[in-house]
Amino acid sequence: MRIAGKGLTAGAKTVSFSFNGRQLMGLEGDTLASALLANDIHLVGRSFKYHRPRGVLTAGSEEPNALVTLGSGALQDPNVRATTQELFDGLQARSQNCWPSVEHDVMAVNNLAAPFFGAGFYYKTFMWPAAMWEKLYEPMIRRAAGLGALSGEADTDLYEKAYAFCDVLVVGSGPAGLMAALTAGRAGADVLLLEEDSRMGGRLLVEQEEIDGMPALDWVDAALSELEAMENVRLMCRTSVSGAYDQGTYGALERVGHHELRQHSLKGSHRPRECFWRIAAKHCVLAAGAIERPIGFRNNDRPGVMMAGAVRAYLNRWGVAPGERVTLFTNNDDAHRTARDLVEAGVHLAAVIDSRHDAPDSDLYTVIKGAQVCDTGGGKRLESITVRSVRGEEKIQTDCLVMSGGWNPSVHLTCHLNARPSWRRDLLAFVPTPEAVPGMRAVGACNGSFSTQGALQEGAAAASAILQELELQAKDCALPVADDSPYRIAPLWAVPGKGRAWLDFQNDVTVKDVTQAATENFRSVEHMKRYTTQGMATDQGKNSNVAALAVLADVTGRSIPETGTTTFRPPFVPVALGALGAGAADQGFKPQRYLTSHAAAEERGASQLEVGLWYRAAYFPKPGESNWRQSCDREVIYVRNAVGVCDVSTLGKIDIQGPDAAKLLDFVYTNTFSTLKLGRVRYGLMLREDGFVMDDGTCARLGDSHYVMTTTTAAAGEVMAHLEFVAQALHPEWDVRFTSVTEQWAQFAVAGPKSRELLNGLLDAPIEGDAWPFMACGAVSVMGVEGRLFRISFSGEEAYELALPASYGDSLFRTLLSRAEALGGGAYGMEALNVLRIEKGFITHAEINGTVNAHDLGMKGMLSKKKAFVGQAMAHRPGLVDEDRQQMVGLKPIGAVKELSAGAHLFNPEDPVERIHDQGYVTSVGFSPLMGHMIGLGFLKRGLTRIGDEVRLVDHMRGIDTLCEVVEPVFYDPEGEKLRG
Amino acid sequence: MAELLAKTACDGLAPLTIGGLSLKETAPQVLTSLAPYRDQAQALEAALQAAHGLGFPAQGGSTRSKEARAIWFGRDLALLIGPKPDASLAQHAALTDQSAGWAVMELTGQGAEDVLARLCPVDLRLSAFAVGASLRTEAKHMMASVHRREKDSFQIMVFRSLAQTLHHDLKTAMEAWAARG
Repeated sequence: MRIAGKGLTAGAKTVSFSFNGRQLMGLEGDTLASALLANDIHLVGRSFKYHRPRGVLTAGSEEPNALVTLGSGALQDPNVRATTQELFDGLQARSQNCWPSVEHDVMAVNNLAAPFFGAGFYYKTFMWPAAMWEKLYEPMIRRAAGLGALSGEADTDLYEKAYAFCDVLVVGSGPAGLMAALTAGRAGADVLLLEEDSRMGGRLLVEQEEIDGMPALDWVDAALSELEAMENVRLMCRTSVSGAYDQGTYGALERVGHHELRQHSLKGSHRPRECFWRIAAKHCVLAAGAIERPIGFRNNDRPGVMMAGAVRAYLNRWGVAPGERVTLFTNNDDAHRTARDLVEAGVHLAAVIDSRHDAPDSDLYTVIKGAQVCDTGGGKRLESITVRSVRGEEKIQTDCLVMSGGWNPSVHLTCHLNARPSWRRDLLAFVPTPEAVPGMRAVGACNGSFSTQGALQEGAAAASAILQELELQAKDCALPVADDSPYRIAPLWAVPGKGRAWLDFQNDVTVKDVTQAATENFRSVEHMKRYTTQGMATDQGKNSNVAALAVLADVTGRSIPETGTTTFRPPFVPVALGALGAGAADQGFKPQRYLTSHAAAEERGASQLEVGLWYRAAYFPKPGESNWRQSCDREVIYVRNAVGVCDVSTLGKIDIQGPDAAKLLDFVYTNTFSTLKLGRVRYGLMLREDGFVMDDGTCARLGDSHYVMTTTTAAAGEVMAHLEFVAQALHPEWDVRFTSVTEQWAQFAVAGPKSRELLNGLLDAPIEGDAWPFMACGAVSVMGVEGRLFRISFSGEEAYELALPASYGDSLFRTLLSRAEALGGGAYGMEALNVLRIEKGFITHAEINGTVNAHDLGMKGMLSKKKAFVGQAMAHRPGLVDEDRQQMVGLKPIGAVKELSAGAHLFNPEDPVERIHDQGYVTSVGFSPLMGHMIGLGFLKRGLTRIGDEVRLVDHMRGIDTLCEVVEPVFYDPEGEKLRG
Repeated sequence: MAELLAKTACDGLAPLTIGGLSLKETAPQVLTSLAPYRDQAQALEAALQAAHGLGFPAQGGSTRSKEARAIWFGRDLALLIGPKPDASLAQHAALTDQSAGWAVMELTGQGAEDVLARLCPVDLRLSAFAVGASLRTEAKHMMASVHRREKDSFQIMVFRSLAQTLHHDLKTAMEAWAARG
């Protein structure tokens, strides 16, 4: 219930929200948890395994119990921690893992069967029969146990990712973080201060204490005003650092839209729901505070049992009393502050049970020393506790038990690079190991300094040390004076006794389970974790890890540091995959490369084909054509009979200049280029260092020491990187420079018997006689624009490639098309291009698939014997020249079935179709309108000696079984008369 | 005879003004890559000074004169922006015309740095990336050049074919940034 006038939310506007369909009121500034408690709602959810009633335990991101689902449909957001979810007008939350309702959950029957559900239950029970696992056990378990569910619909939210850089990253805005930010900020360092909460101040927002003689809150306000005024300081709320990575890189999740109605974060509204930050920081001050740990005792999981620090937070920040008759159970002095605050706020505190015989006395409340809470009573809400002391056991009526087993510094981030934390016997806690993460300094409670004074002092000291390393001068400022009470604690992990004492609330792991694990020899803490599931799921055991391993240490007779911790891994808080993958949805992961001819192709209804990142026209349908084959056949005929135009700009073009350019070409190509005459083009083959073919293409000599190399579309990047490697690493002494000009030039193939006629209509100086023989190249002027013309052919016809600066690409393509159409031709796309080149036996990366060498391709003549080239030595390895290798051949159907398919395998007709009889495979097929049937290229064992033989082509995927004849790979104009014109 | 019409890389992509930020294409202009030959750096520097009144940019930097600008464009590589390169430069460096090969956009306004922080994994703080700085990095998944022209004005270049994707990605980031208010 809310205490009038108490807390930071006092006087705030009211906000209406609903929980499990019930309309409720809260205050602006509330979390869902504080609003529920203010409405006296303690039962929030059901536990993972036993479906036990559970309530709010904590007031932070470590919450294991109060997980709810917000929204529905595509907007459904499961496993939201009520303790971090800010309240807003219209928020709709509901309990999860319960049916039909959180009040009446039929699966609570599991709780009665608890003796069967102990550690390792699944492993032991569902072992056989094996088939039952997938069909029955797993679905059954999944339905019965678990957390919230996803909607199964596509996420409609917008997520964002961003990068940030700073000198000093401060994680946490409590006294230590604020002091570090102030010290570093005042000296001029570039500071980024991140706070997980919606408001800066950390524990100072929830404690009753003074700094420099003023209320701590006033000091926080003053510090924040000072920081906000500094240009070199950035403050970010609602941002949790999720992981520490190499070289000062940190991941952080900013919750941008969780505190407002969902429609604001939908894609159309542009406002992201979350932003995932990648932060590079020279230094990091980790002021992440500490997490309070529960004590294990029987039935310690009832709604109404809460952490002491959390109760202080609900009381002081949100003005919420967690019960009407409160009791407190602790083993340390810090929890007594909760007792004091409760009494001062007028809440009835029935008793403080302190396990220590030397616990401090109080004038405000009764302290039962040397006593322990050994059981609780009640159903969906705590009703009583049983206290065991030297006087025996007694029952105390109470609706809220506040507990504290001490504090665990939040060492998580310091362990993300695989360091282990160090045990401090005086604190009974693990603290960060110095230098665990290079550049990171843990301060304040996170470093085991639990007093406010200690936090301020360590924050300032860490910042000063960093300033020295940054060579900045720290401003001389007095350290504020604050409470410096010592932290006193005595060991108490679990209260001995019968029944189930919960350690891990989220995974329903009890002291018994840990003991059982040890008994069954799962003695390593990592084994225990996996056997019991302790420390898994959304809270990652933030509350339970240390207590669980303390219990394990006890059972196995080892010390706690000897037992060790499990591995802390990112993320520190759950991160939506949508945030990690922000920007990668839909087309986001893949930029789109458009040709200059794209618009004109689209206007002609071209079907687009994705080639790497490029979009290329596959074919250009004409009215009346009902399938792609008709278009493709027509386009092939254009080229064979008239003239066709195709955009070939996607091929890589590399401009190579310098005195040693020819040396580079000789070295990367297998054949010789230094003999290439000015104004001529040569076909070349490139090998990888292992002797296999990397790429092929042409290279043109444009000047004395000026060449332009073309690569295939697929290998443009690879060839460029290869040239860089050769020039930087193998022959840095060569004076040669190269750069990509792929995008500078729009290049179009103009192919067919009428290609010259077409070009002569455009060129300012027409092609006459033998001026441009096959493989000639040079500068031309096209309607007044300077360009380049190459007489090369990938179709087997007389053909040219015309290149103009890409700015003219669209206009040139349209002009070429209208001229071609006037000559009885037109545009052709990738499909026709493919048929044309298969007819000529020209290869693409379908053939150069990384496993073939020059011999396989019938190109061993291109391996120069007169010079060195990359791959030369390895290309002649015995395995690569073995006669048994598969060699490239042509294939044509000769039986009743006429269909060929790429990817099919080849067999001898008399052999069974089995893997061991495999003779080769098919790489490319197409329908040749000239031949009137399909043709193919493929690789066949000793293929070149088997011309005229029959092979059986089998494609199990497509159900194709075709008898073929092995033919020479060149189907059309083998003498090359046509392309020479 | 009909004429061939030139189109800029961002032809058809609208200039944007979103929440005080503006995005527009800066074209047409001549872009020439300059790659000095062995031991020619000093000679190129002198030739650049004589012909265009600017020097060869240091790594990560740029130089400018009244009519020209040269930005660092990679290892031993600069991009001369503005005038046609003087013929004298060809003795000392490989000159390659890139005018049509790149989409050049300018993002201007307070917050431009924050918008780019959504695309580029590099430190663009004024202290690390001063006015005049130029680097090669990625913008989303695109290989890009980023150059700070003014405190709140950046030139971003990607390959011509990627103009539409960059425009889309910048627009998305600008909208998201502006929507935070």
